Amino acid sequence: MALTAFFFYLFAILAVVSGAMVITARNPVHAVLFLILTFFNAAGLFVLLGAEFLAMLLIIVYVGAVAVLFLFVVMMLDVDFAELRAGFIKNAPIGLVVGGVVLAELVALFAVYGFELGVGKTLAAAAPEAGSGITNTEALGRIIYTKYVYFFQGAGLVLLVAMIGAIVLTLRHKEGVRRQSISAQVNRHPAAAMEVVKVAPGQAIVPSSEGQG
Amino acid sequence: MINGVIEWLHATLPLPGWADWLWWLVVYVAASLAVLLGLLVIIAFLLLMDRKVWAAVQMRRGPNVVGPFGLLQSFADLLKFVFKEPLIPAGADKAVFLLAPLASATFALTAWAVIPVSENSWGTWVVSNLNVGVLYLLAISSLGVYGIIMGGWASNSKYPFMGSLRSAAQMVSYEVSIGLVIITVLLCVGSLNLADIVNAQKTGIGTSAGLPGSALDWHWLVLFPMFVVFFISALAETNRPPFDLPEAESELVAGFMVEYASTPYLLFMLGEYVAIVTMCALTTILFLGGWLPPIDVAPFNWVPGIFWFMAKATFVFFMFAMVKAMVPRYRYDQLMRLGWKVFLPLSLVMVVLVATVLHFGGLA
Amino acid sequence: MNQLLLDYLPIVVFLGVGLFIGAALLAAPFLIAVRNPDPEKVSAYECGFNAFDDARMKFDVRFYLVAILFIIFDLEIAFLFPWAVAFKEIGAFGFWSMMIFLAVLTIGFIYEWRKGALEWD
Repeated sequence: MALTAFFFYLFAILAVVSGAMVITARNPVHAVLFLILTFFNAAGLFVLLGAEFLAMLLIIVYVGAVAVLFLFVVMMLDVDFAELRAGFIKNAPIGLVVGGVVLAELVALFAVYGFELGVGKTLAAAAPEAGSGITNTEALGRIIYTKYVYFFQGAGLVLLVAMIGAIVLTLRHKEGVRRQSISAQVNRHPAAAMEVVKVAPGQAIVPSSEGQG
Repeated sequence: MINGVIEWLHATLPLPGWADWLWWLVVYVAASLAVLLGLLVIIAFLLLMDRKVWAAVQMRRGPNVVGPFGLLQSFADLLKFVFKEPLIPAGADKAVFLLAPLASATFALTAWAVIPVSENSWGTWVVSNLNVGVLYLLAISSLGVYGIIMGGWASNSKYPFMGSLRSAAQMVSYEVSIGLVIITVLLCVGSLNLADIVNAQKTGIGTSAGLPGSALDWHWLVLFPMFVVFFISALAETNRPPFDLPEAESELVAGFMVEYASTPYLLFMLGEYVAIVTMCALTTILFLGGWLPPIDVAPFNWVPGIFWFMAKATFVFFMFAMVKAMVPRYRYDQLMRLGWKVFLPLSLVMVVLVATVLHFGGLA
Repeated sequence: MNQLLLDYLPIVVFLGVGLFIGAALLAAPFLIAVRNPDPEKVSAYECGFNAFDDARMKFDVRFYLVAILFIIFDLEIAFLFPWAVAFKEIGAFGFWSMMIFLAVLTIGFIYEWRKGALEWD
């Protein structure tokens, strides 16, 4: 158990420190890289809790996909950070209010449920019995699609909205782009595309009226 | 297998109570070193094979000076890289610039912790037989993009930057179809464990027709379209020709590696080749029956499984090399079209089809 | 110590050994190779002139769209994994549940296709 505790503190401390670096790093790309480190440590914490499927998904989805998007945005925007910093004081009160509300909610939850009821029991219920031969992934698979079917379909709808939203917000077609139409290319027939001309010696080729090009 | 060694060491050389974890650590470090060094040596020869195949297709001889038949060429290259001057561009972000190749190589190497190469009465030959082995490999392959983005951004030079952008978009596009192909295999197997996936291929079409276990039972035959999609997506995912746009010489010089020299460059190359070999191994596990012999009868099933595994993975690598030698490079819009408009719908339809057949065919 | 941690600790060890090999290779030329940089050597690669401006320019919003679409499909695949593993246990209800989920996303995919979001120009 000492080893579990060691890794818990290692991941927890690294997660908090790299989380702090995300908001203090001067360079936005460095901030995203620290965010990725935070995700890795969170995945480590998931493994310690016995949720190996979630740990892998955290890496695949957040590190492999979401952070790539963040990097694209940060690299694309070319933001002037001196200007952003100047806005810090102006926005600070709103940020403090929101932060305060979230903190109050967390404290209230903790006061009502505490560790035993809120965290301990949920975790015990979620993890499959050790030695039952059911893996984490299978245990999830048995309930998501049947017991929690409405949440599952709701997630599908959220993804649909996200897909449509992304296209509506970002898709701009350039004018005058000539695209390759592979089916048109493949279906092109030699008869329509070229013409065989017999050339008699000493005579010029007189092009016929169609089939130029 | 590894646990047996640890127990044997405990029995022969007992340690005091406070240090009983020491044998565990020693054995696992030794096993990791053995796997990694073995892998690196194999890659040194596969790299030579890649060049030889390429040369043979173009009627050249390829490397033939260092050692007999040029066998030691890769080791000579390693020495040369180590003695080259490492350059860091003046405008580069130094930390990220050096972190990029390190991340690229380390992530690629880490995949080999979970790849089982054989199985016998000693157990599965793997460092860690994870329950979620397939997901772990998918996670590792999705991390491959970081080395490239970081390298391209940190170089602060035009060609690397464009190369890394292209590469990132390309890798994420093909990861979708790789994921869907893996789902079809999982539907047939019902486990994320890589050893389970191989063992599920012991029975199949051939055995249900009364034949002994053979190559006909493996997934490549039942899921043939998926096998093809997986192979091509693996080419794109590892930036191999004909999808090597991130480093297209004629457009981007060397893409994200333009500013790299010496071993930082070597680490990028190493990461790339390790990723390719990982993809070959994954193809072997998912579709070609891993360490199972091609026919489960007398002379073939005496051969140790690791031999079959390596032979199959080498065959897939040979296919990678032949494709590189024979196929012209795609244009970027064609590449994106193939990924999003052909492979994605095709593999999605195949997932539904495989599930429907399993469900209504009473095979589930 | 539970079984799960015994599965993952070797990976930590493996990662450590891999990192060591990578770091040793990375550090080697800085220790033993000649280092003699001059302004021409360490300047950014260009076609015979000095770079006009910063290389990290703004780029096409299309890369961003590809990344967003990738996240959505990646999540879809994430939902498919437990389904594929538990396929034999969850029966007809689980099967149709996933088919509806895929149908909803296929609508999105057709929308993308018709809007030309999958074209690259």
